[in-house]
Amino acid sequence: MSELAVPQLERGRRRLLPPTPFTLAFSFLVLGVVVFLAVAAPLVAPRDPHAQNLLVGLTTPNSEFWFGTDDVGRDVFSRTIFGARGALIGPLAIALGAFLIGNVLGLLAGFRGGLIDAAIMRWVDLMYALPGLLVAIVLVGVLGSSYVLAVVVLLVLTSPFDTRIVRGATLEQRPLAYVEAARTLGLPGRTIMFRHIFPNILPVTLPNAFLNFAFSLVALSALSFLGLGVGPGSAEWGRMLAESRLLLFENPVAALAPGGMIVLTAASMNLVGDWVYERLADRGRAR
Amino acid sequence: MSRQGLVLFVLRRLLALAILLTTVSFGVFSLLYLAPGSAEQVLLAGRPAADAETRNEIRERYNLNDSFAEQYALWAKGAVRLDFGQSIRTGEPVLTAIKDRSGLTIFLGVYGFALAMLAGVSLGILSAVRSRTSADRGIVMFSIVGASAPVFVTGVFLLYAFAVLLDLFPAFGQGEGFLDRFWHLTLPAVALAVGGSALVVRLTRAGMLGALEQDYVTFARARGLSARRVLLAYAFRNALIPVVTAGALVLSFMLTGAALVEVTFALPGIGALLIDSVNFKDLPMVQGLAMVLATVVILINLLTDILYLFIDPRITYSEGTA
Repeated sequence: MSELAVPQLERGRRRLLPPTPFTLAFSFLVLGVVVFLAVAAPLVAPRDPHAQNLLVGLTTPNSEFWFGTDDVGRDVFSRTIFGARGALIGPLAIALGAFLIGNVLGLLAGFRGGLIDAAIMRWVDLMYALPGLLVAIVLVGVLGSSYVLAVVVLLVLTSPFDTRIVRGATLEQRPLAYVEAARTLGLPGRTIMFRHIFPNILPVTLPNAFLNFAFSLVALSALSFLGLGVGPGSAEWGRMLAESRLLLFENPVAALAPGGMIVLTAASMNLVGDWVYERLADRGRAR
Repeated sequence: MSRQGLVLFVLRRLLALAILLTTVSFGVFSLLYLAPGSAEQVLLAGRPAADAETRNEIRERYNLNDSFAEQYALWAKGAVRLDFGQSIRTGEPVLTAIKDRSGLTIFLGVYGFALAMLAGVSLGILSAVRSRTSADRGIVMFSIVGASAPVFVTGVFLLYAFAVLLDLFPAFGQGEGFLDRFWHLTLPAVALAVGGSALVVRLTRAGMLGALEQDYVTFARARGLSARRVLLAYAFRNALIPVVTAGALVLSFMLTGAALVEVTFALPGIGALLIDSVNFKDLPMVQGLAMVLATVVILINLLTDILYLFIDPRITYSEGTA
């Protein structure tokens, strides 16, 4: 789904049906399990995720290999567990980075206006006009595949969305009395932006970090699915799916397990993001 | 908006489009120098370091002896005439390769787009009308999961369910003739549509909920108009703007999604061509595809903005907002 899950859909989010307590609890559980697996992978996984065993070869799920093995005898269960790491680290870096860049640039553009605003917004317009994932495919593919490069490229492509939202929220705050007062007191622009305006726009920008996480997880796994980003044989969900999709007839679990984990994790993150949005929006209304 | 205003608006947007395309083309051309290794190494694409003669020939053919600006000018001149040079991998002209492959992708994109809009709009309206019932809950859940599922995951799950378990659809191949192709491309198109419709559901539902609260809907009901007429001619007509917004996004999404779906289902379309070329480092082909795809997306956005004007005459693009 990639760039469609991105925050430009502000309008659609406002009227979203809040998730039931059960769905919400389930989402938190999924995320908790993924974090646990990522941290404790070596302790939980029964086998080395990269160890090939050509004697075993391709097997269907059994008591020894819970998810079966792939064509070179690697344990799919252990690989799925280790995959949680890639699914967490990259998207986390992108979500945090985009939050940081988006807030700094958005506040600058909205508060300072003028040339800075024009320059930042032209960059944002350019990024909005292009299909993000295609740009990422071309850039990562041509510049040389590496996971770090994929993360950096996606960060550059994601932060314009945050920037635009923060700028809009800042423009709404700028004429308010407290900003006026801070200016009259002669506080420096930095202080007004980061100490006074920033906490007030947080309810708008924080939920976006969750959406960005889900978006980046999907985008990163798409890149590795296409063979861009992580190397062949990596225990990464997108890569695993690409390598075992031809085994659908022999051991379908090898493809369905990593695929299911991507969907579960991304959907849970989206649901939690919606919930955070609702919570913070309520607080804003009460104030 | 007056006719004159419309013409002015379109002219201004075309100017912006020209600037945008120039910027993009500059970036696309620079790929040659951004790629690791010298330009001639890139254009040799992994072939063993050739003798001096071949290298000179390469430098000559791609004008590498000129300055960067001159090279760009020459490349851009070709690009305007859709001449992107020859593929390093196959030696055929880039444009020919793109033309040969585009039929499949257009078929797939249109099929997926139609499915996504049809399913998305009807589910969106249904969930707004049955707001806060279990039907609504189910549809909203579908849209969240659909939006979170990458097309290649949906594709693999569909393959497993309908080609492996049920054996209803072919797993691979693109089919001969229209009907057979239609049949072969159904699973890929559904995979694209699941992702696309999720967004349409969200925006249609929100738009319809907003429209159904309006006084004119209450009045239309009070006047005894049929439920169907109130829903479609009054509420949906006024919720059309977000639907068109969603439509434009879905159309661009079909292009991106095509790359993933074509790889998943082993279909030789434009998307698969891009991935093959990127992996082979076939730079002329990548540049050509990038320019064509970027142009298509930018044109879709322009057409959407013009479409808004016809749907909602109240919208005017003044200096400030355009």
